[in-house]
Amino acid sequence: MTTILETPQASTPDPTGSPSRRSTRAFGVAGLIAALPGAFRKLDPRLMARTPVMLLVEVGAALTTVLAIAQPFVAPPADSSQPSLAFTWSIAIWLWLTVLFANLAESVAEGRGKAQADTLRATRTSTAANRVRGYDTRSDPSASSVALESVASSDLTLDDIVVIVAGEVVPGDGDIVWGIASIDESAITGESAPVVRESGGDRSAVTGGTRVLSDRIVVRITSRPGETFVDRMIALVEGASRQKTPNEIALNILLAALSIVFVVVVLTLNGPAAYAGASQSVVVLVSLLVCLIPTTIGALLSAIGIAGMDRLVQRNVLAMSGRAVEAAGDVTTLLLDKTGTITFGNRRASAFVPVGGVDADELAIAARLSSLGDPTPEGSSIVELADAQSGSELGGANAHEHVVAPSDSILVPFTAQTRMSGLDLADGRMIRKGAGSAVRAWIAESTPIPAAIDDQLTAEIERISASGGTPLVVAERSAAGAARALGVVHLKDVVKPGMAERFADLRRMGIRTVMVTGDNPLTAKAIAAEAGIDDYLAEATPEDKLAYIRKEQEGGNLVAMTGDGTNDAPALAQADVGVAMNSGTSAAKEAGNMVDLDSDPTKLIEIVRIGKQLLITRGSLTTFSIANDVAKYFAIIPAMFATSIPALAALNFMQLSSPASAILSAVIFNALVIVALIPLALRGAAYRPLSASALLGRNLLVYGLGGLIAPFIGIKLIDLVVSLLPGF
Amino acid sequence: MPAVWMAIAQIATLITLLILLHRPVGDWIATVFSTAKDWRIERGLYRLIGVAPRSEQSWPVYLRSVLAFSVVGILLVYLLQRTQELLPYSLGLPAVDPLLAMNTAISFATNTNWQSYSPELTMGYAVQMAGLAVQNFLSAAVGLAVAVAVIRGFTGVTTRTLGNFWVDVVRAVTRILLPAALVAAVALSIGGVIQNFAGFTELTTLTGGTQTIPGGPVASQEAIKQLGTNGGGFFNANSAHPFENPSGWTNTFEAFLFLLIPFSLPRTFGTLVGDRRQGRAVLATMATLAIVSTGLLVWAELAAGGTAPQLAGGAMEGKETRYGPVASAIFAAGTTLTSTGSVNSMHDSFTAFGGGIAIVDMMLGEVAPGGVGSGLYGLLVIAILAVFIAGLMVGRTPEYLGKRIGAREIKLVGLYILATPILVLVFTGLSFAIPTVRADVEGTSMANGGLHGFSEVLYAYASAANNNGSAFAGLTAATPWFGTTLSIAMLLGRFLPIVFVLALAGSFAAQRRVPTTAGTLPTHRPMFIGLVAATVLIVSALTYFPILALGPLAEGLQS
Repeated sequence: MTTILETPQASTPDPTGSPSRRSTRAFGVAGLIAALPGAFRKLDPRLMARTPVMLLVEVGAALTTVLAIAQPFVAPPADSSQPSLAFTWSIAIWLWLTVLFANLAESVAEGRGKAQADTLRATRTSTAANRVRGYDTRSDPSASSVALESVASSDLTLDDIVVIVAGEVVPGDGDIVWGIASIDESAITGESAPVVRESGGDRSAVTGGTRVLSDRIVVRITSRPGETFVDRMIALVEGASRQKTPNEIALNILLAALSIVFVVVVLTLNGPAAYAGASQSVVVLVSLLVCLIPTTIGALLSAIGIAGMDRLVQRNVLAMSGRAVEAAGDVTTLLLDKTGTITFGNRRASAFVPVGGVDADELAIAARLSSLGDPTPEGSSIVELADAQSGSELGGANAHEHVVAPSDSILVPFTAQTRMSGLDLADGRMIRKGAGSAVRAWIAESTPIPAAIDDQLTAEIERISASGGTPLVVAERSAAGAARALGVVHLKDVVKPGMAERFADLRRMGIRTVMVTGDNPLTAKAIAAEAGIDDYLAEATPEDKLAYIRKEQEGGNLVAMTGDGTNDAPALAQADVGVAMNSGTSAAKEAGNMVDLDSDPTKLIEIVRIGKQLLITRGSLTTFSIANDVAKYFAIIPAMFATSIPALAALNFMQLSSPASAILSAVIFNALVIVALIPLALRGAAYRPLSASALLGRNLLVYGLGGLIAPFIGIKLIDLVVSLLPGF
Repeated sequence: MPAVWMAIAQIATLITLLILLHRPVGDWIATVFSTAKDWRIERGLYRLIGVAPRSEQSWPVYLRSVLAFSVVGILLVYLLQRTQELLPYSLGLPAVDPLLAMNTAISFATNTNWQSYSPELTMGYAVQMAGLAVQNFLSAAVGLAVAVAVIRGFTGVTTRTLGNFWVDVVRAVTRILLPAALVAAVALSIGGVIQNFAGFTELTTLTGGTQTIPGGPVASQEAIKQLGTNGGGFFNANSAHPFENPSGWTNTFEAFLFLLIPFSLPRTFGTLVGDRRQGRAVLATMATLAIVSTGLLVWAELAAGGTAPQLAGGAMEGKETRYGPVASAIFAAGTTLTSTGSVNSMHDSFTAFGGGIAIVDMMLGEVAPGGVGSGLYGLLVIAILAVFIAGLMVGRTPEYLGKRIGAREIKLVGLYILATPILVLVFTGLSFAIPTVRADVEGTSMANGGLHGFSEVLYAYASAANNNGSAFAGLTAATPWFGTTLSIAMLLGRFLPIVFVLALAGSFAAQRRVPTTAGTLPTHRPMFIGLVAATVLIVSALTYFPILALGPLAEGLQS
């Protein structure tokens, strides 16, 4: 999951990945039909009240229906403003369809979550658990000699102790208090490879519904019945616990304000219109109102929110609240752990620096030999570098044969006492590599080091240390006993490829990146410079992290971070967006407001993108919706008044065929545009890591100008069809 | 000189003057409201009204002070009118009718200066000077004070206070309005505007008839009338009267006066928020709208076809030959764009489109550049709305000048923007929807029938609710219906927005400031200027399009 900061299409998760979470993303006819019953259920006015704009449309639809039913039975008004029965019924039907389409959008969005919820629910089936009675941490931590009682997993409660053995399903969320086990978490994460969980440390959490594959563990339950992680996940993906986010509330207020304006516009219109001899029927006024109020965004607003959460879920991130997703879009400071996020996490050889006139190849060969018996990643990286640097001279095609040490040589493993490792060859030659002071001492045992070479060594060691690297001195002692220094291997923490570009993208988006590391400031500074990180927090303790977050927040910044350990919990709680790794402790998962099931810290960047995309989609559709009104006015106003004030026909430059057709076409366009935009609402508007200015220019062009022009074309086309109907 | 070049020359003169003066004036206003030094006379005033000048007010207290001050102002002007017969220098005029007195008191205290009466026949010098002229100063000072309080909302960081209203209003008068009005009055009297206490002079004309020539302290009142974007004339003919506005250059000078402070306030804003580019963006938005609108109005008047206009060399009905159609159109655009409402020609006689543009100018919400103070805070509210929508489109919780626009803020912005259109639409609608009222409106008030008569009514409410004060002069507004509803429109049109904008400022002041990053929507670039201007247009167009279609738009398309 490193393809972030691109269009959503490009970052679609690998389809071969976990089947449970990757539901169909396509928006198809099947999805629409499946969502239909839900759409009808949502016609209940009590549910409609959640979106005031659409409630207004529903009231208008009901009113028009009543008028249509009554029309044949009441005498027409004197001023012949009565529309034809066909017109009244057409408007009534299309207004109902408008409401239905809005509900459909929400249903489709929810439907995608439901499929995931069903998969999850399957894992929640009650299992039997072996509860320990009278668990004693001191005398019997493994709970091997106490009585077990079998209870239903749904009866487990906080602080119960259970024993789980290989093959059993974990009955509830908890922390391992004793033992180690491999666990299949695919039910939750979709990842089929088993993970190891053990007591103590930061990988002690187990989740209910997962299966223990090996060994035996003792687990303390950390959730109440019905409040487990899976329960919360189900509620989240189903949207049952969905609450409006702050920004959604603000937008709803704006939409309500716009609706009020238009209600007033329509209510006050008939007096002056009557004065001009152009009084309007209720049906026409309702049509005008529905076309003017921001139905497009009103209809899609909740679908956008649900789809945003869903996009996170599809990337295996669970947001505990919509608020957190929104905050992710606002993040200005990103705290990233160095290890695993920015660097590969282990030191790798990057250069051989010979000293005292030693040939570079000679040093490389010696370094390679000295590392053949070294199984650490550092050792193998030296071998790799030597092979890569001068493959042909070191044996060319058969270089790989030298991967193992010559059979007659003796490996000298690294020990804490010698702080060296190496090889004693059969011919009596000894090669060592290790920390500068240790190797120097080893040389000096047999041969004094010439001052010039000693100075050179010191200079190289200091230079490499200053750049944040680790120097390893390589030396040899001949069979005769003469020792000499060959040179220095430069080990350094290697930055993952492509990180610098991604941090540059983030900078363009206005996000400051901060690297958190336990390294000393020198190392931290060097790596930060190489990766293009804006700031670093060296030798960081959890308290430092917390203090840094507080400081940033006091400056008005919003901070996002990832963490997995219990000692990360305070910082995770303090951060505006705290992403806990699923592999982490329960405390960390409680403290954060998101959980990444893949435990991939780089995903933080992607979460920010999804947050931004959510806001952009809302803003763009609002702009589109408001811009649409201009064309609708030009369709409806001449249709309403041109009969009485012929001069106003000049406004009908779309040349719509008749007043009835013009009004109906506008209403139909208004309904159809909702359906047309459902895919955009679900997928989210395209987001590129551009500066705010460039982004605004682009979206204004697409959704502002597009919103201005599209309805002119759409209404005209619909009018061409409607005008073919009898009576229009 | 062809009319087009005359128009360009006059507009260029005004623009040059404003370019030269908006910086020093804007910076001076900024200094006035940020210095800690009190003048001696001000300290005396504070002691007199019992105000501790260094005490800060939270927004509710600031608002209560604004409202209390204005209510007292309304009552005093009302009392002066009702007791006119007892006052000296009243030219023997009787007490003013209660409804008219209320309407006038509200009109002057709300900076509207709608006049449902003929001043020379109704108000003596005492009421004019002690009542109306005083309110000309004070209502403009209230506008300035509120604008500055709103700016403090942006500059404040986690504070509950917005400054001290009494200090702001006193300083606005003593340091800005009085000195500027003094200079302007002297300049106007040099230009020929009269300044005397001569009362009425009876003359026998050459043909033997008698003529009554009114006198009065006109120059002093004229200066603040324009400078404070008030617009209430000393005479019924307002700035078309030769004693108020004698010549071509006084005409241009008066237009300059009402444009000066509204166009300088963006500079004040930029200076006080510590980012002059923000001020320039606001100024550019106002200027763009103003120039386009003025250009359109001049074009509408010059393009007027038909035999009569062509014989007269333009649409000359209702215009002074001293100014001609160009200077009249420019003045009309300026006076409606600035919420001044003083007129040098009768807008009722303008071409349908010309009159329509004057109505639209007011419907924009008096923000380009709007009234003294009110124009700035009006435009800032629209800018916040633009930021809200645009901010979402860049993927951040919208923020303006480092202040987040959340639910509470957008609610206040929504209420602010709803207030005046609802007043205009509801009262215009009711004028025709209630049968008895409609009969009265058609029978008594409207000077013309048909579409133009409707435009007169629409103009009246647009003018009152937006606190402009000019009128489509044909309308007789001294009826119980108009007297009452216009008073309500003026009162609510002035103070509802002030309530919401001060609450908004309080909400901003309490926030901490979000730092600016590359992800922050820049609010000083041309694109943002265009966006705010477009928002101003779209908000008013969407609200008023149907009602305009029934009035000036239909009328214009007909001709």
